[in-house]
Amino acid sequence: MTGLILILLAGFSVAIFLLARNRLVRAAATGPGRLHSRPKYHAAHAAIWAAVPALLVLFILAVAGPQIVTTITWADLPSEAPTMEPFRSQFQYDAEALARGGTASAVTYSEGQLQALNAHAARIESLSGRIRLGGLAAVVLAAGIGGLYAWSRARPDFRARNAVEGWIGGLLLACSAVAVLTTLGIVMSLLWESLRFFQTVSPLEFLTGTHWSPQIAIRADQVGSSGGFGAVPLFVGTFLIMMIAMLTAAPIGLMAAIYLAEYASSLQRAWIKPMLEVLAGIPTVVYGFFAALTVGPAFRSAFNGLGGLLVGGPFNDLGLYLMGVQNQMALVAGIVMGIMLIPFVSSLSDDIVNAVPQSLRDGSYAMGATRSETIKRVVLPAALPGVAGAMLLAVSRAIGETMIVTMAAGLQARITANPLESVTTVTVQIVTLLTGDQEFDSPKTLSAFGLGLTLFVVTLALNVIALRIVQHYREQYD
Amino acid sequence: MTDRPDIRAAVARRLQQRHAAERRFRLYGMVAIGVAMAFLALLLGRIIEQGHSAFVTHSITLDVPIDAARIDPAYPQGANYDQMVATALAARLNADIQNPEVARDLRDLLSPDMGFQILSRVREDPSLIGQTVTVEAPVGDSADLFFKGEIDRATPQDQRVLSDRQIGWLDQIEAQGLVRAHFNWGLFTRSDSTQPETAGLLGAIVGSALMLMVTALLSIPIGVMAAVYLEEFAPKNRLTETIEININNLAAVPSIIYGLLGLAVFIGWMGLPRSSPLVGGIVLSLMAMPTVIIATRASLKAVPPSIRDAALALGASRTQTVFAHVLPLALPGVMTGAIISMAHALGETAPLLMIGMVSFVPGVPESIVSASSALPTQIFIWENAAEAAFHERTAAAILVLLVFMVIMNAVAIVLRRRLERRW
Repeated sequence: MTGLILILLAGFSVAIFLLARNRLVRAAATGPGRLHSRPKYHAAHAAIWAAVPALLVLFILAVAGPQIVTTITWADLPSEAPTMEPFRSQFQYDAEALARGGTASAVTYSEGQLQALNAHAARIESLSGRIRLGGLAAVVLAAGIGGLYAWSRARPDFRARNAVEGWIGGLLLACSAVAVLTTLGIVMSLLWESLRFFQTVSPLEFLTGTHWSPQIAIRADQVGSSGGFGAVPLFVGTFLIMMIAMLTAAPIGLMAAIYLAEYASSLQRAWIKPMLEVLAGIPTVVYGFFAALTVGPAFRSAFNGLGGLLVGGPFNDLGLYLMGVQNQMALVAGIVMGIMLIPFVSSLSDDIVNAVPQSLRDGSYAMGATRSETIKRVVLPAALPGVAGAMLLAVSRAIGETMIVTMAAGLQARITANPLESVTTVTVQIVTLLTGDQEFDSPKTLSAFGLGLTLFVVTLALNVIALRIVQHYREQYD
Repeated sequence: MTDRPDIRAAVARRLQQRHAAERRFRLYGMVAIGVAMAFLALLLGRIIEQGHSAFVTHSITLDVPIDAARIDPAYPQGANYDQMVATALAARLNADIQNPEVARDLRDLLSPDMGFQILSRVREDPSLIGQTVTVEAPVGDSADLFFKGEIDRATPQDQRVLSDRQIGWLDQIEAQGLVRAHFNWGLFTRSDSTQPETAGLLGAIVGSALMLMVTALLSIPIGVMAAVYLEEFAPKNRLTETIEININNLAAVPSIIYGLLGLAVFIGWMGLPRSSPLVGGIVLSLMAMPTVIIATRASLKAVPPSIRDAALALGASRTQTVFAHVLPLALPGVMTGAIISMAHALGETAPLLMIGMVSFVPGVPESIVSASSALPTQIFIWENAAEAAFHERTAAAILVLLVFMVIMNAVAIVLRRRLERRW
């Protein structure tokens, strides 16, 4: 239906385009005045007016139509409909599904209810049919009015180019507004769902509670008593893995960047840089697979072997502990995440080290300093704010990284600083809460949005600070 | 200059220390690079090592008599074809099919695919009932691992998936020449399955392709137009500044947040179908857009102002200048950036988990609104599977994904080399 209308509309628009161009070309050939714009602009202007108002009406109809039908019919459900939620809503859904020609859900209705359901479905069907008919008339009307307006403007002296360029400018602005809309969408959706979550669990409890077990909160009235929504263990786990990742990525990435910027020959650079780009381009799910099936078992057998050696000696207890270490330890996820961050850190640091003016280096060399002394005493201190900014960006990446921790870290929410224990992170919990069977309204599902909001706020703050620092640093040497 | 040997010696010693420090520092740098390269080699090496075996599979060819007594011609799908196949195999191996344990162990060696093939042939041609058909199908997942030498005979029986008796049968099967090893076309012609031997990537590849199509159609035009506006038209005011800050921040928002957005807005609020390439594509396009915008702006910036001046001097309007001169000249850079961001979107997993693309989808998605999986989520699903045979398939799926990404990046590099202009 909508497809047919769209095709007809496109045809109408093309027809207007051709007619208008014909008219203008003829007017230019026979008439006294000359065209203000080239014929294609006049024609394009006509085509835009023929299509855009009708498209707008169509869009509004597609979005609002079903909502209107639901609102009207929901207001007077038949008296036979179940009075209890969620069965009352289900009744409405089923009627709408029947009206669309689908099948009702598996809910069993009594004989009277079934009759009422069918009657209700018939009402919905007739109402949406009427709305569709009215909408069709509105679309035709909009296309007609738009076409008439366009036709009245298809005159040689009309400033068609300026009008068309106005439309193009508007389109460009709208496209760049998508970025703002995306941010707004993220903020609004996270806030909205989180507010619903914070109606059942207080934000204070969420941010300071130390007990995380959302799985047992099946009914809404259990939540307050079970106290299973304290997110501190998740924050601790995230922080632990982030620290391990940064301890891996920061020295290696920074040293790699310094080597590339200060020591490497152009041939070495031509080989090493693409390699690092490959490392950067590997999807995180691949790192997760690598962590779960290669690094995890390797570390585990190494620690277990070490524990076996220590058992019976002076470190008997430590040995016993090491022998029981499992695959899913924070260390594995942290180190693999660190590897993932190496190219990110090194390319950012590379830019920053390169931005330090050569005159500073030359001054240091002139005083007799060696290269490494120049780097350690002159280049790095000068680049420090920029490097700090780069590290903050890497921290924000590490906190938001999902796949590696989902596949290689565990699910046990515990507060520990021991990298050999299994911990869980904010992102892992979001994934666990939102995959699989779920109903949209339970606090368990909604808590994922609370976690998402926390994650968004923290990473946004880190990014804003980091970008400020980097920007400020760049301006210093510009 | 004083000529005191003690000072000279101290200076020489100090110089030596400083040079040693220099060499050490340089070594640190080389070690850092070496570590990164070693990890890359280890990662790729391990995945190739684990995945290469999945590209080969073993098929068994059997003559199966279709027992007319067991089939109701009016309802052929009701018959137990697996049992017929097992009977045929038992006849070749002189095994006692009447023993239910023997029958079960035999069926374990075969894929249910064999029964499905016979069923579909019987449906096509009911006259086959009572005759003998020759079918070729993959062997069961454990048998396949055995033929590839991944199940060690020396392992005690209770620690491996195959019993001694089953291994004896498999040896007989091999000796009789019933199996053959061949390239695993099924990996590319079948979709996901609960049986590793018949699980393939076709559905995931199609799903990823549909999703990437949606992403490209949305993010490239919108991103390019946004970049053109910001770079060529935007006046310097509050609004454009807000938009710029927004784009920079969006590029650094964790991908899982985009998944939450997709779940709340596109699925929860707009009611678009869950698990569909449409929603996945929209979410990925929102993610890819900042990258496209940043790449496009960089290549627009690289077009020298003299081009704009020349066009304006000839009487072209701003819009005409941009769309007829600047943008075409910037196009190679735009294309390169777009392809690279599409390659990045192809490997993105976390947001797809949020919008439900991790469900088991046994078929090929028919349209952008039908349930589907994607290559990276298929990797995630298989990685979680219990059967050992899924592990090699996971690695193989990663190799397929990496090959696609390498191709896309290679295209981008070639485009850049061929078309890029230096001003």
